Amino acid sequence: MTFSRRHFLQLGASTSAALLFAPRLVFAQAQTQTDRRFVFVIQRGAADGLNIVVPYAEPAYANLRGALAIDPSNALKLDGSFALHPSLVQMSQLYAAGQLLAVHAVASPYRDRSHFDGQNVLETGGIVPYQLKDGWLNRLAGLLPARSDLALALAPTVPMALRGAAAVSSYAPSSLPQAPDDLLTRVTDLYQADTQLAPLWQEAMAARGLAGDVGAHQDAASLGKLAANFLGRADGPRIAMIETGGWDTHTGQNQRLANQLKSLDTMLAALRDGMGVDWSKTTVLVATEFGRTAAANGTGGTDHGTGSAALLLGGAVAGGRVLADWPGLRAGDLYQARDLRATTGLDALIAGAAAEALGLDPQRTAHALFAASPGLKPISGLVRA
Amino acid sequence: MMMPPDSPSVVSPAALALNRFGLGARADQDVASRAGLNTPDAARTALLKQFDAYQAQSAPWADQPGTLSLAASYADAREQIRSAEQQHDASAKEAAQHSLRDAVRDTYRSAVKRRLLSGLTTPAPFVERLTYFWSNHFALSADKAEVAGLAGAFELEAIRPHVLGRFDAMLAAVEHHPAMLLYLDQARSVGPDSMEAIRAVHRHPDLQIGLNENLAREIMELHTLGARSGYTQADVTEFARALTGWSVARAGGEDGVAAGSFLYRPARHEPGARTVLGRRYEADDEAQAGAMLHDFAGSPATAQHLAFKLARHFIADDPPPAVVQRLTDAYTRSGGDLPTVYRALLDAPEAWAPPAPKFKSPWEWVLSALRGLGGNDLDSLGKTEGAALLTQLGQPVWRPGSPAGYDDIAASWAAPDALVRRVEVAQRLAAHAGDTLDPRQLGQTLFAGSLSPATTAAVGRAESVSTALALLLVSPDFQRR
Repeated sequence: MTFSRRHFLQLGASTSAALLFAPRLVFAQAQTQTDRRFVFVIQRGAADGLNIVVPYAEPAYANLRGALAIDPSNALKLDGSFALHPSLVQMSQLYAAGQLLAVHAVASPYRDRSHFDGQNVLETGGIVPYQLKDGWLNRLAGLLPARSDLALALAPTVPMALRGAAAVSSYAPSSLPQAPDDLLTRVTDLYQADTQLAPLWQEAMAARGLAGDVGAHQDAASLGKLAANFLGRADGPRIAMIETGGWDTHTGQNQRLANQLKSLDTMLAALRDGMGVDWSKTTVLVATEFGRTAAANGTGGTDHGTGSAALLLGGAVAGGRVLADWPGLRAGDLYQARDLRATTGLDALIAGAAAEALGLDPQRTAHALFAASPGLKPISGLVRA
Repeated sequence: MMMPPDSPSVVSPAALALNRFGLGARADQDVASRAGLNTPDAARTALLKQFDAYQAQSAPWADQPGTLSLAASYADAREQIRSAEQQHDASAKEAAQHSLRDAVRDTYRSAVKRRLLSGLTTPAPFVERLTYFWSNHFALSADKAEVAGLAGAFELEAIRPHVLGRFDAMLAAVEHHPAMLLYLDQARSVGPDSMEAIRAVHRHPDLQIGLNENLAREIMELHTLGARSGYTQADVTEFARALTGWSVARAGGEDGVAAGSFLYRPARHEPGARTVLGRRYEADDEAQAGAMLHDFAGSPATAQHLAFKLARHFIADDPPPAVVQRLTDAYTRSGGDLPTVYRALLDAPEAWAPPAPKFKSPWEWVLSALRGLGGNDLDSLGKTEGAALLTQLGQPVWRPGSPAGYDDIAASWAAPDALVRRVEVAQRLAAHAGDTLDPRQLGQTLFAGSLSPATTAAVGRAESVSTALALLLVSPDFQRR
């Protein structure tokens, strides 16, 4: 697309691709003696796992995908079966360094194909949509020894995964003129007795002091750096969420997905660089609500599907490998004759990754995050202690 | 949701009519015009009278270019880019791209301005609110250039004329509108066994051409029946097959149809009878999907879905089941006659004794603030575009980012940073209003005498008029409706 939405919406990002990707950050504070960090990157819109972690050795892949198939000669080979999309250059370097784990044929318990219901299940940790009223990332924050003074969202609003009892704040760069302190003080007084507005306002005032001078930019690299600025502080948040959009590629998938993944690659690399030595204590999980159809649709894209791919990266991630109970892509292998079958539970991956990343007991974590799935077995061996 | 302890225990019917069902009082509104509103009956009658005062094409919308003229300009601009490309003239191409970008941006900004002005000056704020509700129900998101420029025209052509009509008429207008067909990729969907697909595969065996089920799914999930209402993937696919052929005429026009018009292309239609939700549709043409749409509109699932959303919008984040049932019955009984449903809403006792106030969306807050300060234009925004202001406040107009539209609950809007933004904007609007208004008087006008004691006190204590006005605009009373 030659058209730049940025220009016409005056948002001040660097490219239209960066804006479509439109990342937003949200932090939950969880204090802690721990200096380990866990970041959840959600890909809203059903990211196409089959073109992100490409099963290039799978004979049916090229036929199903036609012009959408990623050419193996351009793809970034991971092993004899899988390769990363060519846009994920810095992620493939992380893989080579043993710091990135690709997980394939993964899905939440949700099996229909509504984005909104699928995201609700992914973010709440329930089995069916709207069963739970709070998010698993908020409950994860609740497992850490609490510090009450801070919780932060780098976004105007708080996404479902972070809603709940643990305090969460929000911060986003603003180009409006700042209000004078006198007015802010008066607003503080005015909201004092309001049980809804008072806590929100206190968090907003606390966040203003922490933003630092990075900020007015919403492009991928700046967002990664801004996230690192918050997470890197000794008194900063230990849990963060980054929202990305624009993954719903019903049409024009080749170019759109290439742009999306380039932004993702840039943002994650900026986060890693910004964390410096603390990268060794940082774990990032990238996941989506469900995958896309195994076959290309009639309009140069793919429609809503089931199994997708997730990425786990970080300085202590036991990476350099692909974790997949590969179901295959032959006609009889597909779920409902159209989608990549899910053979790994996203909830088991989340529970294992979050617990090991933060040094928590995996069973206890699984129970707190996914009580709706009793007996869930968290995947182990994802992050080194 | 939590009940703020300092909100007035009794909000007057007049204040509810102005704020809950309207866009807020205007500073210059005649006190006498509200004097008779202070019983639910009187307030209800006054709101219903607005049905007669409403104009789909209100004065601010009068000069909005229509879809056909926008499509023609867009096609011209694309043609200039193409011809520069063919002549390998890089600078001409860049200039043409730049001018297209500017044109789309200007079209979008102007449409946002018209929408704001219409809300500022309308004699029918309740109906104007309903246009925002339905526009969000049938949300576009201006993520594609060809859709971005059409968002205003879509609201004017497909939503505004139908808010006081029957739901199935609005549904038909929306799903035939080029903006929707382009946004949800329907314009390019081709039946796999259609004439066009067979010919294309014959000529270019590698060509990718076929079905796109995006619009079909969102119509069932978002526009009509609602998620989890019992339809299956097979129903979605069958409906998508029936919709093939629904398209938009190309640049230059086709078959005597102007560029940008709805165009049914028989050669793309998937042949055969289809079965959706257990019902068989024989008609093998444009009318096949039309009949399905009509049946969706008449389904009990749709009645329930729309009733819930309306009750959530006007009454409470978690609407009382009795209200939802009342609206569902009104919809079903009247065959989807929307004014009947709105009357049922106003007849509900909960409408006048709501369980908890609603937190205003950024759009509702901005518009009520501008009206509250008595503005008839957007001068108080200075050089800031209305469109940019709403983006800063977290609700860019016509760009919710997904076809589900914006959420309609407090958790979506009541967030720390969002409050700071509102304070920043309030300060700016108040500074522009200067000392032409008496903040103490205005507080009573805007809430018809039921402003909370805490806000009354804070406004009275402020050190300047502009600080007092800003406090009034961000007060807990004014943040809610």
